Amino acid sequence: MSTEQQVAVRLVVNGAEYAVEVPVRRLLSDALRHDLGLTGTHVGCEHGVCGACTVLLDGTPVRSCLLLAASVDGQALTTVEGLARPGGEPHPVQRAFKECHGLQCGFCTPGFLTTVAAYLEEHPDPSEEEARDAVAGNLCRCTGYQNIVASVLRAAQITREPGRGGRA
Amino acid sequence: MTSVEPTAHPAALSSAGSLAGSPADSPLVGSRVQRREDDRLLRGRGKYVADLVHGTLAAAFVRSPHASARVLDVDVTDAVDVEGLVAVYTYSDLVEADARDGTRVSQRLPLLVPHPDLSHGRTGYPLADGVVRHVGEPVAMVVATDRYVAEDVVDRVRVEYEPVPPVVGIEAARAGERQVHDDVPGNVAAHMVQATGDAPAAISAAPHVLELDLDVERSMSSPLEGRGVVARWDADDGSMRIWSATQTSTGVRAAVATKLALPLAKVECITPDVGGGFGVKIMHPWPEEVLVPWAARLLGHDVSWIEDRREHFISSAHERRQLQHVRVGFDDDGRILGLDVTLWHDNGAYTPYGIIVPIISSTQLLGPYKPGAYQVEFFSLYTNTVIVTPYRGAGRPQGVFAMERTIDAVAAELGLDRADVRAANLIQPDEFPYDQGLTFQDGRPLIYDSGDYPEMLRKIKALVGWDDFPAYREAARAEGRRVGIGLACYVEGTGVGPYEGAHVQVETSGRVNVSIGLTTQGQGHQTVFAQIAADTLGVRMEDVYVTSGDTRRFGYAVGTFASRAAVMSGNAVGLAATRVREKALRIAGDALEVDPGDLEIVDGVVRVVGAPATSIPLATVAVLSNPLRYAFDASAAAATQFAGGGSDDKPPIADDDEPGLEASDYYSPIRSTFASGMHAAIVETDPDTAEIRVLRYCVVHDCGTLVNPMIVEGQIHGGVAQGVGGALYEKVEYDENGQILNASFMDFLMPYATEVPRIETDHMETPSPLNPLGIKGAGEAGVIPGMAVFAAAVEDAEGIPIRRMPISPSELFALRESHAPSPP
Repeated sequence: MSTEQQVAVRLVVNGAEYAVEVPVRRLLSDALRHDLGLTGTHVGCEHGVCGACTVLLDGTPVRSCLLLAASVDGQALTTVEGLARPGGEPHPVQRAFKECHGLQCGFCTPGFLTTVAAYLEEHPDPSEEEARDAVAGNLCRCTGYQNIVASVLRAAQITREPGRGGRA
Repeated sequence: MTSVEPTAHPAALSSAGSLAGSPADSPLVGSRVQRREDDRLLRGRGKYVADLVHGTLAAAFVRSPHASARVLDVDVTDAVDVEGLVAVYTYSDLVEADARDGTRVSQRLPLLVPHPDLSHGRTGYPLADGVVRHVGEPVAMVVATDRYVAEDVVDRVRVEYEPVPPVVGIEAARAGERQVHDDVPGNVAAHMVQATGDAPAAISAAPHVLELDLDVERSMSSPLEGRGVVARWDADDGSMRIWSATQTSTGVRAAVATKLALPLAKVECITPDVGGGFGVKIMHPWPEEVLVPWAARLLGHDVSWIEDRREHFISSAHERRQLQHVRVGFDDDGRILGLDVTLWHDNGAYTPYGIIVPIISSTQLLGPYKPGAYQVEFFSLYTNTVIVTPYRGAGRPQGVFAMERTIDAVAAELGLDRADVRAANLIQPDEFPYDQGLTFQDGRPLIYDSGDYPEMLRKIKALVGWDDFPAYREAARAEGRRVGIGLACYVEGTGVGPYEGAHVQVETSGRVNVSIGLTTQGQGHQTVFAQIAADTLGVRMEDVYVTSGDTRRFGYAVGTFASRAAVMSGNAVGLAATRVREKALRIAGDALEVDPGDLEIVDGVVRVVGAPATSIPLATVAVLSNPLRYAFDASAAAATQFAGGGSDDKPPIADDDEPGLEASDYYSPIRSTFASGMHAAIVETDPDTAEIRVLRYCVVHDCGTLVNPMIVEGQIHGGVAQGVGGALYEKVEYDENGQILNASFMDFLMPYATEVPRIETDHMETPSPLNPLGIKGAGEAGVIPGMAVFAAAVEDAEGIPIRRMPISPSELFALRESHAPSPP
């Protein structure tokens, strides 16, 4: 059988540019993980239901297992590795998940973190019910979600604290 | 792999000081200490098995599309010219390799837990030997340059099957008209009877008798990470290294060494970060865990296999399916005089994990109660479906469902309050240790060690507002709303043996390494065992580094299951750290010329009690513990032969001593320790759509000493969520051909955040007298009474007996129809 058709793609991830040549069918999730070595994005179902592979595409959460790498050429991607500030200071969402025990095995966590980070940009002061709805597209099998909801509220609180954590 | 290394980032994730070492008077054990593993996991720096595949060849499997068939031919003609294909293996290749290399990969997989009553135990082969017995059973293995190519090849392997009508469902298995295995008559893998007292006679003599038929559907662990294996063969060294997403690295290591005919010393198994287990990953060795290392050696190249979600549904394990029949005799107060239970347990196509699940169902069914006499009989039956091995709760949810449904039926029959009937049957605090007169899953007597069930019942009633509920229900009913309350109680045998161990070592830098043999998959072991070691040894928690599930570091272990890690490894860490502490005090006493009995260790410094200026750092004690010829740094110079100290007429290491400030120890209990809990739920059912909404969920829980209440609560929350799923949503749906109709997350309905209620929790701490720390296990607890408590609550709201779980709105709707009064 003939060689697979390759395509050159410019991936812009967490502010860095990567020029890669990948098979046309390469999923974005696989390109991030295997071509760029950014294994923080996890693959839980490969059919867009669990949300573990969620990354931000121009700031909007998307399922990287449902996108082809070739389809996001040149667009800005943010993965869990890119949430912390350049100096290493954690994103308020990362702090909150630790403080509130919002993760156990950690496998689904990157998808929650990216989803919540984007949500709080638009909704800085959610109610508990809104916080619950905000994470209702992601599956977690460990936590029962209670501490994840608490983490969303805590992250919002940290973000609102003057001079602390907020991404400005 | 899972050891916590300091984060490379300058800023830790938590606010400063949250992990500060504790002074001696404020122990870490019992504190809500934040987790040490989180910094890595939150920054995307976890290392799961799928993150280790770089540079490997990828495996994929041709799996049977039939539930029951003979494999007539496997034709790879169309597959061999796919660019990137490396190898295709079928069963005949395994046979050839075994003849050539002395391996055992063509033999049946092991029967892990044999039992005398498992008269017809059967296991499968790594690749089918000409017969397939469930959809998903592996038939051929493909190795290629990456997974995409491997799947291309899988699609081009043509297998000729001769389908045979399958046995699907307990009713078909029980009827025995067709057999899953030709040599297993009636599909009965095991038949077991246990009894205490003469239950049939007690029931005959009882003033009241009831019979119930109950039905529990299939569910599954469904961790967000599936299974996965990476294998690396070192041809120069003749050694194999395996990374597996397993709940037992020592088990996988021993199994692979046996299958590949390698010395144990040449095989190591490492568990990297594992994305949840919930039981399915205690099963081992999976076909892939045997074949991936086997292929890696054959090909002289690293090989990986990462399960996809569909594979997980059709080739990993399920659980829960049982039919149950209960006969109960009771007096006017609802006291159970005789209980006679029969279980029909669907064990799937093979029984590699023995009959642990139905044994647990049949024994833990008794919960906190003491019936006058009890008899239980179970049949473990083969069906042409995915194998059944423990899923969190491991048979307890079904047993508790049978018992709690029975008690609710007794209360309804007598017109008594359901909590009062429970109270009438509870074991009392002064009756411990309480012998139930049965044999438990560890082969030991079912003797409860401690607990206070009447107090627990009082607490759960207070927490949920049990006594006020009838008024609320009536008020709601007046508004046209249907609300109901349910209560369910359980006792959980935790911390089963035979043993776990730990190694504790103080380096000359003061760093403390703790190694345990069992694995971790989200329970926070790197935190809780550091808490125990830090408290016992007297060091700061941030100086303690825990490694789990790495056979290079600790080779003797059983695994992480049965809510046993905190009990078993926790006590082993405590015992090993105590030995290290004793040695440190002895060496420090010599150095300071004081009685070791006058010394204490605080924040990593050994000092004289009441005279803290006379002190020596534990790091220096570690230096002194290892007499040196060669100094590698300034602190090591203190231990060299010309540095002075020591006696000229004694050897540098005494006959009964060893170099190094380190020790191992093991904890091996005489029997399990018994945790307990009671849950209450309030639900509202929609009068039109039959939708079931959870209004409140309350938990009272007793797991003995709480090492870290934050982590225990997290375990309970997660268990309750799985209980909600098992009661209201999750059901592996097989059709009559043995095809799973919902093998995806689109169709197998695991709860999202919007389906799980807020959980209100109250703890009790009745320490176990069986272990030094007084710990009982907590991992499985939350899920156990889920089906029972929701069945009770829906029944209360609807006034219709609920006998089958899970219950969906359409099933409730159909129940309403069938119970509606017929038109005049």
